[in-house]
Amino acid sequence: MVPLTAITTAPLDTGALVRALDPAGMGAVTTFIGLVRDHNLGRRVLHLEYEAYDALALRGLDLIVEEAAAQWPAVRLGIHHRTGRMEIGEASVAIAAASPHRADAFSASRYAIERIKQIVPIWKHEYFEGGDVWIEGATADPGNTEARDHALRIACA
Amino acid sequence: MRVTIRLFARLRDIVGAGELVREVPVGATVGAVWAALVTEYPELSPYEKSISCAVNADYSRFAAIVADGDEVAFLPPVSGG
Repeated sequence: MVPLTAITTAPLDTGALVRALDPAGMGAVTTFIGLVRDHNLGRRVLHLEYEAYDALALRGLDLIVEEAAAQWPAVRLGIHHRTGRMEIGEASVAIAAASPHRADAFSASRYAIERIKQIVPIWKHEYFEGGDVWIEGATADPGNTEARDHALRIACA
Repeated sequence: MRVTIRLFARLRDIVGAGELVREVPVGATVGAVWAALVTEYPELSPYEKSISCAVNADYSRFAAIVADGDEVAFLPPVSGG
């Protein structure tokens, strides 16, 4: 059985992640898979390289699972994020949420991806036609309650 | 005392290494470790407002005091997903 949270260089297996949630008895499972897109900000993307501070990134995923459990106690959540080089169309992140009812499964999945983008120490190095650039998004601060509330609002919209 | 400094993404590129070992005074804060690093690599300076930090792979604050042997990480804005 795969762990519920993982930072891995191996290709992601969403089916294995869903099985790890042991969804028997649940009413719904949602999965979200983030893919390497072929364009970004008008640039033609060739491939991405993801770098992580592995130990803290794993803690970040665990923290998101804890936050989601506090918000949606009946939901079981799993998150796997891949690092290293990925080609266009490959999966960089897989999220699965199992819940007695569909609404909470959707909300918890959405919350997880928003929080990943806020607090988990993972970085995209984008290689595009004509150059390369590190993508920089949010300042990773799990204690920033404003950011957490923002993620919650998106999740529950 | 000595600390290991971990740098990632663009910060790692600027310094040219993902890991440095530096001598710091007893009682130094994470902020003091960063300030010394900026003195050594002034190109890091613009990141002052946007980085976050970790000590021994746990989220931390600039005001935290570091101990001998600690791993102090500086994290540029993240872009996972």
